[in-house]
Amino acid sequence: MKRRKLFESAAETMLFASAFLSIVAVLFITIFLFRSGMPLFRKVSVFEFLFSSRWEPTAATPGYGILSFIVGSFLVTGLALFIAVPVGLAVGIYMAELSGRKSSKIIRSSVELLAGIPSVVYGLFGIVIISSVSRTLFGGSGYSVISAAIILAIMTMPTIINVAEVSIRSLPKELKEGSLALGATHWQTIIRVLVPAARSGIIAGVILGMGRAIGETLAVLMVGGNAPIMPTKLNGMVRTLTMNIITDMSYATGDHLTSLFATGIVLFLFILVLNLTVQLALKKSITEMEGGAGA
Amino acid sequence: MQQSPPKFSISDLNLWYGTSQALKDITVDIEERSVTALIGPSGCGKSTFLRTLNRLNDLISSVRVEGSVLYEGADIYAPDTDVIDLRKRVGMVFQKPNPFPMSLYDNIAYGPRVHGIRDKATLDDIVERSLVQAALFDEVKDRLQTSALGLSGGQQQRLCIARVLAVEPDVVLMDEPTSALDPISTAKIENLLEELKKQYTIVIVTHNMQQAGRVSDKTAYFFLGELVEYAGTKELFFNPRDKRTENYISGRFG
Ligand SMILES: Nc1ncnc2c1ncn2[C@@H]1O[C@H](COP(=O)(O)OP(=O)(O)O)[C@@H](O)[C@H]1O
Ligand SMILES: [Mg+2]
Repeated sequence: MKRRKLFESAAETMLFASAFLSIVAVLFITIFLFRSGMPLFRKVSVFEFLFSSRWEPTAATPGYGILSFIVGSFLVTGLALFIAVPVGLAVGIYMAELSGRKSSKIIRSSVELLAGIPSVVYGLFGIVIISSVSRTLFGGSGYSVISAAIILAIMTMPTIINVAEVSIRSLPKELKEGSLALGATHWQTIIRVLVPAARSGIIAGVILGMGRAIGETLAVLMVGGNAPIMPTKLNGMVRTLTMNIITDMSYATGDHLTSLFATGIVLFLFILVLNLTVQLALKKSITEMEGGAGA
Repeated sequence: MQQSPPKFSISDLNLWYGTSQALKDITVDIEERSVTALIGPSGCGKSTFLRTLNRLNDLISSVRVEGSVLYEGADIYAPDTDVIDLRKRVGMVFQKPNPFPMSLYDNIAYGPRVHGIRDKATLDDIVERSLVQAALFDEVKDRLQTSALGLSGGQQQRLCIARVLAVEPDVVLMDEPTSALDPISTAKIENLLEELKKQYTIVIVTHNMQQAGRVSDKTAYFFLGELVEYAGTKELFFNPRDKRTENYISGRFG
């Protein structure tokens, strides 16, 4: 009896310590990031940093405007989702509702495989295949917004497929039966009842994928072209927030270095907002499941 | 009423889930504009039988059906059966209220919409008429655009009844529709059945004997996948011919 109690309290302490440690780690990273980045705003206004697109950190009168990269990040991510959401949703629906158990299994393992590929491999694939395909199809150098978006679309698709499938599969079967029993076709049931009923979960999955896409660095660096300019054409080069940090990090000093940490702060805040949105969406989907969503 | 041909005429119906047989040689006629109750212990095949009448068992890939189920004289298991049309005419209310996560209005308009009705005024009419028929209109008329999930369980179940009535069915199947509800909601739905049977053929599964006694004209007693006895409700309750029926009923009434 005594020994068991001892064991339990030891396990509890250990779990608590791990939880505590992870919170401390997040806290330290946050503090570190802000302490390293915030000093920039003694020299450059927040407004100028966010809304100027003059990025000349090594010029005689340096410019620290990251608007081009913010736009670049959103453009690439948005376009990636524009490709990945419909395809991912379609595959998820197919797996949850249409394919047999065996083919679902095959698709699921290949999707999992896709999710496990390191981003540098995606980047290599991008350089060799995607950039040349996009050069042929869309013109330009092939290192472009569109190439980066295609890579990111492939990388975020597993998340979207997975979440879409799980959200639809976990709906109560009474919902589907209720619709079919009214004489709706299977297809009508999917489009009008199942997908809307699973929407909060699906949206959470899309936002999760979006967070991943915004944070992805290496693969986009390899195919985006990385020119520090405002992206104006889909077949033109682009630099994202992550690319901006990694590119200059190896040599930057002084205010230039500080400005990279400040870029990190912006990225951090974007991802924080996305994560909060996911949590809200999930919470909403749980209350909907429990039937608690009132007027 | 006795003269009109039966709504359903079922003969030698056998059903298997994989290798386990759930219905054995069921032969029964179901009369038009009446309430037929299906009773029997849990797991005896009542739901399975009910779901053969709108072919909802088709959803389960292991199910195999033999025998014939004639609806208005036509075999609904014939290869040329239009299942969509069948389900439009044979509606179903489930054990657990299953409103869609959308507004009250959209729930009821769902059936008519999938069957091609687009006109707003027509839909408004159908929604109101169905809610009135399901004795729910007065309680919800000011909140038709709010989520159906905000209704109480009893209201949700009447909404589901209204949703079935909105497609103007001919038969309404009910699988223990009040088992998840409080006594007051149950009473409301039982009263409703009295009204509905003037216009619809109703088949209801219940394992509440009193309920079967109150609402049904005929009762079928199922046991281990067999239809043991089928007769007028009073007759079956007070003069059961089969020993098994008698045991079940006396056990149930205590
Ligand atoms: N989807 C299914 N797969 C396999 N067996 C089933 C399935 N549904 C019901 N059964 C079996 O069929 C028998 C009858 O079940 P059911 O019709 O639900 O009974 P009741 O509604 O009278 O309680 C039970 O033995 C049950 O285990
Ligand atoms: Mg049942």
